[in-house]
Amino acid sequence: MLLEVRDLHVEFHTRDGVAKAVNGVNYSVAEGETLAVLGESGSGKSVTAQAIMGILDMPPGKIRGGEIFFRDRDLLKLKPEERRRIRGQEMAMIFQDALSSLNPVLSVGQQLGEMFVVHRGMSRGDAKVKAIELMDRVRIPAARQRVGDFPHQFSGGMRQRIMIAMAMALEPSLIIADEPTTALDVTVQAQVMDLLAELQRELNMGLILITHDLGVVADVADRIAVMYAGRIVETSPVHEIYKAPAHPYTKGLLRSIPRLDQKGQELYAVKGLPPNLLHIPPGCAFHPRCPMAQAVCRTDVPPLYTVDEERRSACHFWKETLDER
Amino acid sequence: MPEQKPWDETTGSGAISGAGAGGAMDLAVDEGTTLEKTPGGPEGTGPAGKPRSLWSDAWRDLRRNPVFIVSGLIILFLVVISIWPSLIADQDPLNCDLAKAQEGSRPGHPFGFDGQGCDVYTRTVYGARTSVAVGVLSTLGVSLLGGVLGGLAGFFGGGWDAVLSRITDIFFGIPVVLGGLVFLSVVASSTVWPVIGFIVLLGWPQIARIARGSVITVKQNDYVQAARALGASNSRMMLRHIAPNAIAPVIVVATIALGTFISLEATLSYLGVGLKPPAVSWGIDISAASQYVRNAPHMLLWPAGALAVTVLAFIMLGDAVRDALDPKLR
Repeated sequence: MLLEVRDLHVEFHTRDGVAKAVNGVNYSVAEGETLAVLGESGSGKSVTAQAIMGILDMPPGKIRGGEIFFRDRDLLKLKPEERRRIRGQEMAMIFQDALSSLNPVLSVGQQLGEMFVVHRGMSRGDAKVKAIELMDRVRIPAARQRVGDFPHQFSGGMRQRIMIAMAMALEPSLIIADEPTTALDVTVQAQVMDLLAELQRELNMGLILITHDLGVVADVADRIAVMYAGRIVETSPVHEIYKAPAHPYTKGLLRSIPRLDQKGQELYAVKGLPPNLLHIPPGCAFHPRCPMAQAVCRTDVPPLYTVDEERRSACHFWKETLDER
Repeated sequence: MPEQKPWDETTGSGAISGAGAGGAMDLAVDEGTTLEKTPGGPEGTGPAGKPRSLWSDAWRDLRRNPVFIVSGLIILFLVVISIWPSLIADQDPLNCDLAKAQEGSRPGHPFGFDGQGCDVYTRTVYGARTSVAVGVLSTLGVSLLGGVLGGLAGFFGGGWDAVLSRITDIFFGIPVVLGGLVFLSVVASSTVWPVIGFIVLLGWPQIARIARGSVITVKQNDYVQAARALGASNSRMMLRHIAPNAIAPVIVVATIALGTFISLEATLSYLGVGLKPPAVSWGIDISAASQYVRNAPHMLLWPAGALAVTVLAFIMLGDAVRDALDPKLR
């Protein structure tokens, strides 16, 4: 296994109390596999990613417990300098908004080349040649002419390609993409996702795709992990989950996608609001919003039940959820 | 020249470049331009094409600003005469003839003579050297000390930040003139160094606060986080990603402060604790002349006028730089 997160707990200490952002997350990614992590804002999907990368702001963040195994090393036990060397070389991250993720005062060539200067000790001249190669690879037209341009001179899709090029520069074995297409037009979204998927196949990387867009997920992901209130509530191969979700929350998410054959009807929405992380409901965190909630849901935290060999669901009534179409 | 590929994600602007004459387009490509700028966007106002950074943008703005041109010329003139005062004044500022004391203007001595019979014109010209030296060196010292301490406090935060903030609070509580009287009255040297040292000692907290705030703002940008996610070390993040983006407010405040440092030197010299004769300083001359202002106003007017123009020039320059570096004011 390339990456394995075991029982990760992350808290944020705020003025109002302790916000439990991640409460025992388990997931794993193999080489060449794409795991989509799905969830609303505040479900802990980005915080988990930041903990894996080691870029969580601490304080106020605090890793309360758990292990993150990357190629059989527990990242949480490494020294800061060792972790820094892993970042960029062995794992890299792509952010949501490429304009704000690129330094406005440096040309894109300088920023791409920096990867080689920092990690490979290359000269600036060689790094520039590499930067042009990378820009060609992510299909930026006229790379040689544009290597000296600044980020604001590129369109949104081009900027995200540059971010992808930066992340891919040293051919890491794991890439975390945090909502990489949210800030883009729909047509550009598809191009960028295709590019990402293609480079992933070429380099046989593990990819963690963090998103709240179920449409993006269907095409590229191998497996899906759905997060709610800092927990994984369901994991499944991508096709099964669309056919028959085994958790009421997943079911709600799927029903709230606008569909062509439901034109004119009111769009379904998961009732209620995401939980306040300062006061997560006891028992199953989803029970106040769940149409199937029973007394047991208010008291007992559901474990991840085994649905079948590849599927897990954290619902006391996963069988009923599966059956009820 | 490599052939241009079709642009798959450009909107509108491709048409603009296509419509242009062949020659114009070749030129554009030579300069490594972008053809993607959408007309009407924030960057669409400049001449199409050339890659522009904050600094080249600011420079373009400055060159068109009359305030910058006027203040820049005055400052350039001041710097030149403070390096080579003999260019425009061929006499010795310390060669005085008491017999001519307080005499008015006459050929060869356009500004007349002061109470000691020294040539006021020569002394005014030589006084620029002191003022420029104190202004520039104090500003450099203040910016370095304040910028580094404030920047580090902003970057690392936590305990160091709290300690530094309290120290700057203490310094803000010291009245400048009173502090100068106490600090400088124990120093016997008549060079500019004690004055510069004092100004740096009292001036750095202001820059430190600006630098700290600026670094905290820049630090929260996604690109700093992105640089960290791609393996940049602390020093690289600070020097390459944060410093260039955080330095603009520091430059603006430092430029404006330069003018006030010059007037502070004159104030301290006027009070007799800054520079001391035989040093030549506008503050000393103003102090000496103030007793005779009824009989011989020229002794006061020329050095005071030179001081006022110099301070004004630096404050105007600071204003122009601020306008150029702050995109929100455009």
